[in-house]
Amino acid sequence: MNIRVILGLVQRYSLLFVRNPVRGFELVFWPAMELLVWGFLTMFIQKQTTGDFALFIRFLIGATIFWDVLFRAQMGVAISFLEDMWTRNLLNLFAAPIRLREYLAATACMGLLRVTVVVVVMSLLALGLYAFNLFDLEWSLVPFFALLMVFGFSLGMISISLILRWGQAAESLAWAVPFMIQPFSAVFYSVDTLPKVMQHVAWCLPSTYVFEGMREIVRTGAMDWNSLWIAAGINIGFLFISGAIFYWMFSNARKLGLLTKIATQ
Amino acid sequence: MAYPILRTRNLSKSFGETLAVDNLSLALRRGEILGLLGANGAGKTTAMQMMLGLIKPTSGSIEIFRLNFEQHRIHILSRINFSSTYANLPNNLTVWQNLRVFSRLYGVKRVREKAEEMMNLFDIEHLRNRISGQLSSGESTRLNLCKAFINDPELLLLDEPTASLDPDIADKVRTLINRLRKERNLSILYTSHNMRDIETICDRIIFLHNGSIIVEGSSDEIKRHFRQKSLEDVFIHIARDGKVVDPLSPEKL
Ligand SMILES: Nc1ncnc2c1ncn2[C@@H]1O[C@H](COP(=O)(O)OP(=O)(O)OP(=O)(O)O)[C@@H](O)[C@H]1O
Ligand SMILES: [Mg+2]
Repeated sequence: MNIRVILGLVQRYSLLFVRNPVRGFELVFWPAMELLVWGFLTMFIQKQTTGDFALFIRFLIGATIFWDVLFRAQMGVAISFLEDMWTRNLLNLFAAPIRLREYLAATACMGLLRVTVVVVVMSLLALGLYAFNLFDLEWSLVPFFALLMVFGFSLGMISISLILRWGQAAESLAWAVPFMIQPFSAVFYSVDTLPKVMQHVAWCLPSTYVFEGMREIVRTGAMDWNSLWIAAGINIGFLFISGAIFYWMFSNARKLGLLTKIATQ
Repeated sequence: MAYPILRTRNLSKSFGETLAVDNLSLALRRGEILGLLGANGAGKTTAMQMMLGLIKPTSGSIEIFRLNFEQHRIHILSRINFSSTYANLPNNLTVWQNLRVFSRLYGVKRVREKAEEMMNLFDIEHLRNRISGQLSSGESTRLNLCKAFINDPELLLLDEPTASLDPDIADKVRTLINRLRKERNLSILYTSHNMRDIETICDRIIFLHNGSIIVEGSSDEIKRHFRQKSLEDVFIHIARDGKVVDPLSPEKL
């Protein structure tokens, strides 16, 4: 790993935000809108019904923020690659002395940067609008966020692999990857809401453990470390599998001439 | 004479049914400019992209600096560079930002000085704060060349570098490349459809047809061999009549 190369790549991607304020705005626009819509929706439901929604609204706000951690981490990886594809820069990049793992590390850093910005903005909004203090979760945030980011990173590698294989036609698919696991991850509801079959799938995803764990903490204040360890194990499995898929697709793209094709089309 | 900087042995690449490069064996000496000529689809770009690791050969081997390319990819890539009209630099960064980024990627020591030096060399300092995507094609060609020289490469692969330049700039660029080649004892593999380019700049020419070498030699030798007045006539002769020459036994002149 050459740190200078990674920094060069991170500079390449982050300069886009510095140069173009619209991009920075866009980065926080969608998460903010999500938070507003979901938050006000629950407040509305609360007014219309008699039940106690205090806990529910906390679940939902927490879930919205947590989901964005996963989603932005995935985007950091996928968008960086798309950025190079859109600007027809892939050939110059991969003809430079860059190792694939350096490239991946740089995109992971972009994911981290995106997550940081989005979480700061969302947690401030949540505090201001709904008196939801994300940092009430204290130290449990660290393992939760780490798990979600690593999983997002794996999904990002899958997204790039799809584009490497099917070119621009797979672009929308690359965006959709996190949403394929969203219903199974029990983001906005507890796992037992799901049909039995789906529950089995749910427990194979590290994200499920995080969202369940988050709700548990909000409800009882207790952290289930055991399930976190399981999640970590599954996460590492996913990381290896998606890494292997990525390396394989890249090598395949070099073999079939797909890399030069998507780079120049 | 020292060992060749670049050598390919029986290099082949097929894309499904298409045989893009067929048993290509060539050697490029230190300080030499070797022209790759051939009709559209002859396999020039594919050959170069294999030498950059962007395409994996179906068979055969590539040696650069006497090292096997696949085994020493990163080391080799740090000592070579390329430029082509079909590969852009990020078009939403400025000229200056692009040069800084690529200096980093190539592990250049003094990033700012180097970027500055390159802009001077190719006469684009006045464009430093322009977004690359807004440059004219001639300007962006020069920016691409800045990138190509940023790591003081020992071997340069240039795929139609003057394709979009006006005759005046094209001449300047040729002169500059030639000067830099002499100053730095640089080796260059050069493709172009501009015969003028090839005649003035290349020491030796290889004609490709359907992915394999038909003839190689200096421009004068090749003209004499085919009894044609100009390289352009030779080109047309080969392109239309390529099968007359047996591609399996390339003629060494
Ligand atoms: N990535 C790819 N996938 C599939 N086929 C390819 C790919 N790249 C090149 N080819 C095919 O290989 C052959 C050689 O193409 P190549 O681009 O190397 O030719 P060239 O000599 O550079 O032509 P030109 O003068 O038009 O640039 C062509 O038939 C082309 O269609
Ligand atoms: Mg070509």
